[in-house]
This record gives sequence, C-alpha cells and structure tokens, in this order.
Amino acid sequence: MVEVQFRFRDDEAVNDPAVTVDAFTDQSNATAVRIEPGDDARALLPYLDQLALVEVNFPAWTDGRGYSSARVLREAGYTGEIRAVGDIVIDMLGHLKRCGFDAFAPEHPLNPTDAQNAFDRWDNVYQATADGRQPIWAKRHPAGV
Amino acid sequence: MYKYDEYDQQMVDTRVAEFRDQVRRRLSGELTEDQFRPLRLQNGLYLQLHAYMLRVAVPYGTLNSAQMKVLGDIADKYDRGYGHFTTRQNIQYNWIKLEDTPDILADLAKVEMHAIQTSGNCIRNISSDQYAGAAADELVDPRPYAELLRQWSSFHPEFLTLPRKFKIAVIASETDRAAMRLHDIGIKMVKNDAGEIGCQFYVGGGMGRTPMIGPMIKEFVPLDQLITYSEACLRVYNRYGRRDNKYKARIKILVHELGKDEYARQVEEEFAHLLSQGIEPPLAELERIKPYFDDPAFETDASDDLDLSDPDFRLWVERNCHAHKQAGYTIATVSLKPIGGIPGDASADQIRLMAQLAKDYSFDELRVTHAQNIVFPHVKKADLYTLWQKLDEAGLGTANLDSVGDIIACPGLDYCSLANARSIPVAQKISERFGSAEKQAEIGELKLKISGCINACGHHHAGHIGILGVDKKGVENYQLLLGGSEGADTSLGKITGPGFDEDGIVDAVEKATGVYLANRQEGERFLDTYRRIGMDPFKEAIYG
Ligand code: HEM
Ligand code: SF4
Repeated sequence: MVEVQFRFRDDEAVNDPAVTVDAFTDQSNATAVRIEPGDDARALLPYLDQLALVEVNFPAWTDGRGYSSARVLREAGYTGEIRAVGDIVIDMLGHLKRCGFDAFAPEHPLNPTDAQNAFDRWDNVYQATADGRQPIWAKRHPAGV
Repeated sequence: MYKYDEYDQQMVDTRVAEFRDQVRRRLSGELTEDQFRPLRLQNGLYLQLHAYMLRVAVPYGTLNSAQMKVLGDIADKYDRGYGHFTTRQNIQYNWIKLEDTPDILADLAKVEMHAIQTSGNCIRNISSDQYAGAAADELVDPRPYAELLRQWSSFHPEFLTLPRKFKIAVIASETDRAAMRLHDIGIKMVKNDAGEIGCQFYVGGGMGRTPMIGPMIKEFVPLDQLITYSEACLRVYNRYGRRDNKYKARIKILVHELGKDEYARQVEEEFAHLLSQGIEPPLAELERIKPYFDDPAFETDASDDLDLSDPDFRLWVERNCHAHKQAGYTIATVSLKPIGGIPGDASADQIRLMAQLAKDYSFDELRVTHAQNIVFPHVKKADLYTLWQKLDEAGLGTANLDSVGDIIACPGLDYCSLANARSIPVAQKISERFGSAEKQAEIGELKLKISGCINACGHHHAGHIGILGVDKKGVENYQLLLGGSEGADTSLGKITGPGFDEDGIVDAVEKATGVYLANRQEGERFLDTYRRIGMDPFKEAIYG
C-alpha cells in the first residue's frame, strides 16, 4: 500500500484495506472503501456510519471526478477520512483539501516544501465548499448583510 | 466598471506567485512538459507552432484606459509590437517567452488583470454583450451577474479539471450580441410575470466539430440562486460528462446524449440538494457589485446633432455607430479589420492610442467584441467627429462593421499547430476583393467567418458565409458554408459542396454575393435572401 504522506486528522490512522464500491455495497462489513472515477459516491450514503475511510482514486490527475465525490460525501455529513490516492500532483493539493480531502497518499511522493506551499497558498477563497472556510463574500458581508 | 477590493487583488497576486513557482519548477526540470502543460493552460499559456502564446482575460470584454495602455506596453515589451483581440473578447500575444510570463502576469496584476483560466479544461473567462450598460435595448446591465460568476468560477476547487473547457456568456437584451446560445452555458437576464429579474439558462451550445445550439433548460432562476444553480449544472457535468473521447467531452454532447429534459432533471435534483448547502453569496454581494457598473456622469442636455458633411465620416457613422440609451451619446466601434489587414490585430501604438482616446472621449471605458473589434461605449455626439479623425489618422477609421470586410478569422496555419489551412491570407484576400466602400455598402450586412480547422475557433458555423479550412491529401482546401447566424436567430451554416483552393474560395464568395444581389428583395440582408431562396441558386452559381 502507498504511504500516506500528508494527513490533517487527529484520530488514529485507518489501515484497513479498502474494498471496491461494488464489493462494499453488495454485502460487506468493511470499514474502508475505494472510489474510482466512474463510481457514484452517493451509493455510499446509506452506509456512512459504518465507514472510517474512503479512498478516492485519481488514475490521472486531470480527471476531476474525484473532487465531486469528496464533496458529495462531506455534504452528506460524512466525517471520516477521505484520502486522495493515485496520480496526485503538488498543484492539486489545496483544491483537494477544499473539497473535503484530509489525507493524501500520492503514488510518487511529493517535495514536502512545495507541498506545504501548495496547502498554504490561498489566504482567502471565493467559494463556500466542504472545508468550512469562510468565503470572501461572507467576509465582505458579515452576518449575511 | 468593477474595481478590485483587497481580496480580489490578493487572489490575483497569489496566482502570480503560484505561476512563478510553476515556471520555476518547469525551467529547473522538476516538471516535464507533459506535467507542466495542464498547469500552464490554466494560465492561458499555449505552445504554438513557433513560440508560446499568452491569452489575457478581459472579463466580459470591459477595459479601462489604464488597462488598455498596459496591454499596449506588454505588446512592445514582451511581444513583437502587436496584440491580437479574440472571439472571446480576450487578447493574445503570439510571441512570448516562457521565462517572461511571470513578469507579464505581474504587470497585469498591477492594473487588476490576469490570465486566469483563459484556457484549459476549466470555466473560462465569462463573456457578455459588448454594448452592456450602453445599449438602448437592454433590460439590465448583464455585467454585475458576470462579475459574480467570475468570482465564483475563479479557482473553483471542484471544477478545475472538467472533462473539457467550459464557456459561459451572460446577456440581457433580445438582440444577442454575444452568441449566447453557442456557449456551454448561456444566461439571459429576463423579467418574470411578477416583474422580478432572474436568469434564463441555456445549456449545451457550442461550436467545434459538432456545433449545437444550446436548449433552454430553466426558464427562470431567481438572482439569489444563480450561483447554486450554476454549481448544479457544473457538478452534473463534472460527474457525468464523457472523458473517454476528447471530441465528445464538451457538455453539449452530454446534454445531447441524455436529452435536455433528463439533463435538466438531474440538475434540478442536484440543485435541490445544494440549496441546503449555503453556497450562495447573499444578495448584498450583488448589491455591492452593481454600483461599479452605474452610468457614468452623462450630460443630460447633450445634443443629438451631428455634422455629416464629411462623406467619409458619414459612412463611418452609418456603419460603425450604434444607438445609445442616453440622448446625445452614441456607441462607436473601431474596426480592427482594415482592408488587407489581419483581423483582430492592433499595434502597440494603436492600442495605446485607443486607451488615450477612451480616456478623453468615452468615460475611460472600452470593450472588446467577439467579432474582434474595439468599442467606445459612451461617446458624446459632439465629440464624435474629433474622435473619428484621430482614429482615422492611426489607421483605425475603417467603416465596415458587420459588412463583408469585418471578417472573423482564427490564427490558422500561420500560428496554430492544429490547423489544416491558413485563415489569415484568405481573410486578407477577401477583404481586398471587397475592399471598396461602394461594394461593401451595396452588399450591406454580411458576416463572414473563417476557421483553419474543424475546431471552429473562427466561428465558421455561425457566419452568414463561413469558410472552413480542410486538409485534402496534404493540400490546403477550403469549404464554403452558407446560412449561419449567431444572433437572436441563431442557426448553423450548411456546406455548399466540394471545397476550393485559396483563390477559388475568394471567387466562390464573390459568386455567392452575386446571387444575393440578383435575388434580394427590398430590405433583405444576405442571410434573409438565403433563408428565403435556399441553397440551390447559390450552388448553381458556384458550381454550375
Ligand atoms: C492557436 C491556438 C489555438 C488552439 C490550439 C485552439 C484550439 C481549439 C480547440 C481544440 C477547439 C475545439 C474545442 C472543442 O470543441 O472541444 C477550439 C475551439 C474554439 N476556440 Fe480555439 N484554439 C486556438 C486559438 C483560438 C483563438 C485565437 C481564438 C479566438 C480568436 C479561439 C477561440 C475559440 C472558440 C470561440 C472556439 C469554439 C468554442 C466552442 O466550441 O464553443 N481559439 N479551439
Ligand atoms: S480553428 Fe483550428 S486552426 Fe483555427 S485556431 Fe482553432 S484549432 Fe487552430
């Protein structure tokens, strides 16, 4: 298994092997599942309580379906780990985090300084997403006025 | 026009730093060209046949003079003294060095400009009506809504690696001057029965190899749900748009394959869910943006009188000026299509002159049009003659707006690595053939558009006359299309038959205009005659 290089959680690392979405929804009592780009993350919604880890695979970083998968899970209230695996490149890190990823296991380990810069890059953001950061419009209009 | 606050400025500055870092990693070899490519594309940097090309965003086509001046300075400092205005209201530089790009972006950031998401598979620069805020026929100024969308789409973390590029246009009048229904999302500002302003959504239009006119998928989205609804449209596309074949990856294919009703249903479901997620900026944000687009301080008693005794001026006024909502003012368009010139090109000096003239005569504002021209949106009629004289001295006084010389052309084989054929020389030859003012006046409105390949960057599908460059056994060949339009009556052109060589296509265009002149009825434009009499008479004249 590829090592987790960055993790933004305080709980214990989950090391259960992740099963496919099909295997999981068929019957399993597994606690870790792996979403491929073509999978529908909403198929997992009935089982969120049972899950401790969702891996979202990026076979190619230019295929952005995984970003939506993560947000769909967070919007449904999932609080467990969402780990980005596969072809993860520096320039994705900040955006992945904004969509609800909190662990990163790149196929090829990333330069830690560059990665830290990427995570810290944006002091402000234009959109409300799954990371709960206050968007610029909210700062412009405190209390929604 | 819109002014950045500290947040907007910080976002753009941060992007410059990020891109500088990406270029550093590329130059040091940390990034291969393959890895760098998608990153530079998100910043408008293409690798063309001979050099890098940088595309700078002009949000909804609006510029102030300070910005325009910097565009001229960049052409001098980093390019070969020219800029090229594009069909998406942006500007491109064709001879850029990779090492220079971070500095160019820094120069741009100083005047609140950038190249963010001007290419790549993300939401591109939002385009709009070039007469916004000035046209007599608009319901509201569409630009505050475009600005709201600009901020929402900038660095949207979920939508930076979409199946394919994504283009949005916003308009607010019945006359569509932005080819709204040929965009991935076209938004038309409308008023409902209760008198409220809202947004009508058209999704799945586009050109390229499979041109489609976007169907309406939602009649009315209230202003306080605009972002949420847009997000729902994009999420359905990001999740289900095709990624197996890049020629089928645009949203138009998804909408077509699902059917518009099924697509609309899926969006509706996602929308219902997203409404509970608190992603919509408060209406107060729109209210904050709106005053930036307030009318300038028009003189309320300005005279509508114009001295048209100079025949050249008269011709220019008739062709290039458009009704303004304010009495005593007009909208003047500078044609970047001089006879025999390269459509959309302007020299650094011309760009700086237009900047100065906008300051002196148009309340500091300019617009770029999708037909690759420049607009002075608010000119007092009393100043018009002086303005025209100064433009004319600099080679910017061509009177041919929307006539056969006002050609849209893509860069074609002179610059583009995907091209089958050259576009620019064909445009130049046609422009020369029909150069005389009498000839253009006789023919009247005729929109001619040329693309160097099936990707349709030159909008050939939407030309009253379209020309498409194809490759015929290694020889450049041109197909002729008739009957396209991008206005409120959007239609797609049809191919007449076998293609032509470079001189042959110019002759074919002349024959087509001959059929029109012989058959037209009182008041008919080329397009109207074509629609009435059909393809056959044209075919006969061209091939017979
Ligand atoms: C020279 C480098 C260029 C390259 C490699 C290029 C590439 C492409 C490609 C591949 C498409 C088809 C996309 C699709 O259908 O999915 C396209 C469409 C388009 N391009 Fe370009 N292009 C270039 C320059 C330009 C320029 C200079 C303009 C503006 C003057 C432009 C405007 C457009 C427009 C308006 C479309 C049609 C959009 C649509 O399908 O909705 N492109 N381009
Ligand atoms: S239409 Fe073809 S030739 Fe012209 S710019 Fe686009 S990709 Fe290049």
